Amino acid sequence: MRIPCPYCGPRGNDEFTYLGDATVRRPDPAAPEASRAFHDYVYLRDNPSGIHQELWYHGGGCHAWLVVTRNTRAHDISDVKLAAGGKP
Amino acid sequence: MKYSAFSLLKEAFRGHAGWTPAWRKAEPKSEYDVVIVGGGGHGLATAYYLARVHGIANVAVLEKGYIGSGNAGRNTTIIRSNYLLPGNEPFYEWSMKLWEGLEQDFNYNAMVSQRGVLNLYHSDAQRDASARRGNAMRLHGVDAELLDRDGVRRMVPFLDYDNARFPIHGGLLQRRGGTARHDAVVWGYARGADMRGVDIIENCEITGFTIRDGQVTGLDTTRGSIKAKKIGLAVAGNTSRVGGLAGLRLPIESHVLQAFVSEGIKPAIDQVVTFGAGHFYISQSDKGGLVFGGDIDGYNSYAWRGNLPVVEDVMEAGMAMWPGLGRIRMLRQWGGLMDMSMDGSPIIDKTPVEGLYLNCGWCYGGFKATPASGWCFAHLIARDEPHEVASALRLDRTATGALIDERGAGAQPNLH
Repeated sequence: MRIPCPYCGPRGNDEFTYLGDATVRRPDPAAPEASRAFHDYVYLRDNPSGIHQELWYHGGGCHAWLVVTRNTRAHDISDVKLAAGGKP
Repeated sequence: MKYSAFSLLKEAFRGHAGWTPAWRKAEPKSEYDVVIVGGGGHGLATAYYLARVHGIANVAVLEKGYIGSGNAGRNTTIIRSNYLLPGNEPFYEWSMKLWEGLEQDFNYNAMVSQRGVLNLYHSDAQRDASARRGNAMRLHGVDAELLDRDGVRRMVPFLDYDNARFPIHGGLLQRRGGTARHDAVVWGYARGADMRGVDIIENCEITGFTIRDGQVTGLDTTRGSIKAKKIGLAVAGNTSRVGGLAGLRLPIESHVLQAFVSEGIKPAIDQVVTFGAGHFYISQSDKGGLVFGGDIDGYNSYAWRGNLPVVEDVMEAGMAMWPGLGRIRMLRQWGGLMDMSMDGSPIIDKTPVEGLYLNCGWCYGGFKATPASGWCFAHLIARDEPHEVASALRLDRTATGALIDERGAGAQPNLH
């Protein structure tokens, strides 16, 4: 599997570190039911069979965090963006 | 048909014309007391023990492929009970005890071979950790021996003892551990369950549940609707997908794990040996092939195939432990879907949906657990209370804080 890094071009996935689902957001600790929201945030997963947006860190290259849109059934990548936003 | 030396002899004189299929090709009935989703080792073992131990035989096992097509046919066949934590160790030891009597119990040759599982250590700190684990095992009545370097060398002389980076200082040995024939385990459970009246329905994929007032009453499949009083899920890597049909969002990620077999060679390695300075485990099958594996690939996957960096990583770990491996050619490599849980330990529990039971989170250690998983899941379904040795394997432990984190890696499934 090669990940097309916006800075470095297509690179082998061994240059990257995987974190997981890029769509979850850290809950507001001051909100009511915050402990439940934090439990869901930390422990529960959508774990889709198909399109998955996920965070990868290019530690073997430009050190950018990337949001990769990948099909978990076939490992093909349809989109890569910088997690910080903007364009290189 | 009961298998025995006598039946083999009798068939030998009849040109082996009298053997019958090991289980019926059952058609789905409209209603069952219990439906098990997933015809892998865990699902079939559950059906078998439901019928044999609890007398519940109006049971169907639904399998979307054929028996043995999933992880039951994709593992490295290792059985052991060398766990550290009190939530795990009694469960895996119960599994080991069931392995020891399994073949007589279900009248099938599962080729259970207690050839020993040897975990190497490579530093003083690792020796202390091995001693601690061995002591924890012995406190639970499980056999464990701490070997020094010479003790390991007598058993496995060809390893790289003087590796400059990872010298072998010794190992923790569980002599009762070993291997079993993975296909024969599912075939034996399928046959044993079928003989007791369980319907094994292959090529039948579940497409939805019928849930009324929080109570499951049946399910829809590609072969029609089936009513059921109780439904048990044992679908490994597809847990999130099938659980999602019932509205469950679960603490599971699906990952791919690769395994490897070399060309067949003469008997070389008698035990299961694991490398302590990387993730690598190896044994030799009765056909002569070396069977080995390492880490999961580390990203969510339902693809049943992995990528090359992990292949390289596994080979490097293997070469660091046993340099002679480099002279042997690799024959086959494959991937299976692992239901990785958040603490690396399994779940056998009820779900928030009444009548729906969940068996998942086996990470990449499900094969050794097959008998106890079936035993405890059958107990839970039949009696609506967890079995004593599985009482810690709860679904809500991420919320209660009673995690069973053998590796201490936290909620990062790709690190377990």
